Amino acid sequence: MSHDAFITDAEIEPTGSGPLDGRTVAVKDNISTAGVRTTCGSAMLEEYVPPYDATVVERLKEAGATVVGKTNMDEFGMGTTTETSAFGPTENPAAEGRVPGGSSGGSAAAVAAGDADLALGSDTGGSVRCPAAFCGVVGIKPTYGLVSRYGLVAYANSLEQIGPLAPTVEEAAELLDVIAGDDDRDATTREPPEGLPESYADAADGDVEGLTVGVPTELLEGADEGVRETFEAALEDLRDQGVTTEEVSLPSVETAVQAYYVIAMSEASSNLARFDGVRYGPATEAEGDWNEAFAAVREAGFGEEVKRRILLGTYALSAGYHDKYYKQAQDARAWVEQDFDSAFESVDVLASPTMPVPPFEMGESLADPLQMYLADANTVPVNLANLPAVSVPAGETDEGPVGLQLVGPAFGEETIIRAGSALA
Amino acid sequence: MTADEDAGDSATVDEAEVRHVASLARVNLDEAEVERFAGQFADILEYFEALDDVPDVDADAELANVMRPDEVREGLTQEEALRNAPETEDGRFKGPRVS
Repeated sequence: MSHDAFITDAEIEPTGSGPLDGRTVAVKDNISTAGVRTTCGSAMLEEYVPPYDATVVERLKEAGATVVGKTNMDEFGMGTTTETSAFGPTENPAAEGRVPGGSSGGSAAAVAAGDADLALGSDTGGSVRCPAAFCGVVGIKPTYGLVSRYGLVAYANSLEQIGPLAPTVEEAAELLDVIAGDDDRDATTREPPEGLPESYADAADGDVEGLTVGVPTELLEGADEGVRETFEAALEDLRDQGVTTEEVSLPSVETAVQAYYVIAMSEASSNLARFDGVRYGPATEAEGDWNEAFAAVREAGFGEEVKRRILLGTYALSAGYHDKYYKQAQDARAWVEQDFDSAFESVDVLASPTMPVPPFEMGESLADPLQMYLADANTVPVNLANLPAVSVPAGETDEGPVGLQLVGPAFGEETIIRAGSALA
Repeated sequence: MTADEDAGDSATVDEAEVRHVASLARVNLDEAEVERFAGQFADILEYFEALDDVPDVDADAELANVMRPDEVREGLTQEEALRNAPETEDGRFKGPRVS
């Protein structure tokens, strides 16, 4: 475990027997585990020990899995590199000296290094798919509502889903089979319109004959040359297996990153208001009234990226700016949804590079938050539209692995799993 | 200046404005953070200006009420609920004075 993939080592025994018998699973440290501390990568929760399990953790244990640790992450899920954790950065086992991607970088690194058979991450704007791509493993972001968020420490409720990471598409789908499904403790979950399939893993049969894959031109434009060549070669591989590809246009994605950050920061500013140091959090010596003590705890407990997003979110929701930022971001979100709907009238899935760049060198990107936000251009539209997507390894450049992202219509997990399994 | 005029000129974020938002958000900042954030916020908010170009879209919100019967269920024990609190007194959370 030399890549600092874990914040806390654990051995949480199974409570039942099932499809995950004998398998080890690493769990991102923003997913609650009863009796095992859950820090969200933050000094604010350094000593926090949840009194209950997240629904997904309960389901893992019932299915026979052993949870082997809580994985490192960007603080509260806010980042693209797993360098903003209060517990230090994780290194990419597939490209040493480089970041594993974020924010579920510890989970992807644990799988890539063989420290766990499988892992759970959470994906608010690409946080499962980005580290999957950078670490050369598979990551699935499920349709919003397919997987319970009960026990996930919320950052941006309307965007985030818990998702599986694994060496292959089939194994990721096996983990999805275990965690998917309605939960009466989370009112945002729902069954797929046609009901849950018997098995997502069965869809990983590699049979892509006759499938139509759309390639959004806008998501290729900004990509690094090496990434683009690797992506094109993977598409050629799919064509050799009977896939038809065609160019499609998604004009709305040009404003998706802006909309994503306005919405995510706004939700974060509201969500993170609960961290006031009273029910949990670090004890401080601050004198003064509630507001002064509250502000002092939050200064001590939150890292810089978290403060940046809380402040920008507060700004975007404040009087005079709500209509300019938050309302327009919601309009942009509706536009993105409509664009995807139109695209799926003519194609089965959409393909793009997961990340427009190869893995960053460690420390390279911390100084310029705006540049960091731009790296999420290909993943955030999927969260805005509540759709499912998978990142599968497409090959490598000199600078590290490249991921290929496949996006499907809502509750179309079987289609993206089938298509992805033709590659990994 | 009215809020609207102010909003039209949002890319100029000065340090006073950063301090004001930080006080609204109840997050103390040190001086170096205030200075850094002022520069970064100007760039980030300018980038967000692209949202002005979003066309009108008929949003067809598929919203449904999710209700369940209001039944008593097992919850956390008092001990569990208090376990992570830095300070408690007589089985309650203890916080700073309100004013």
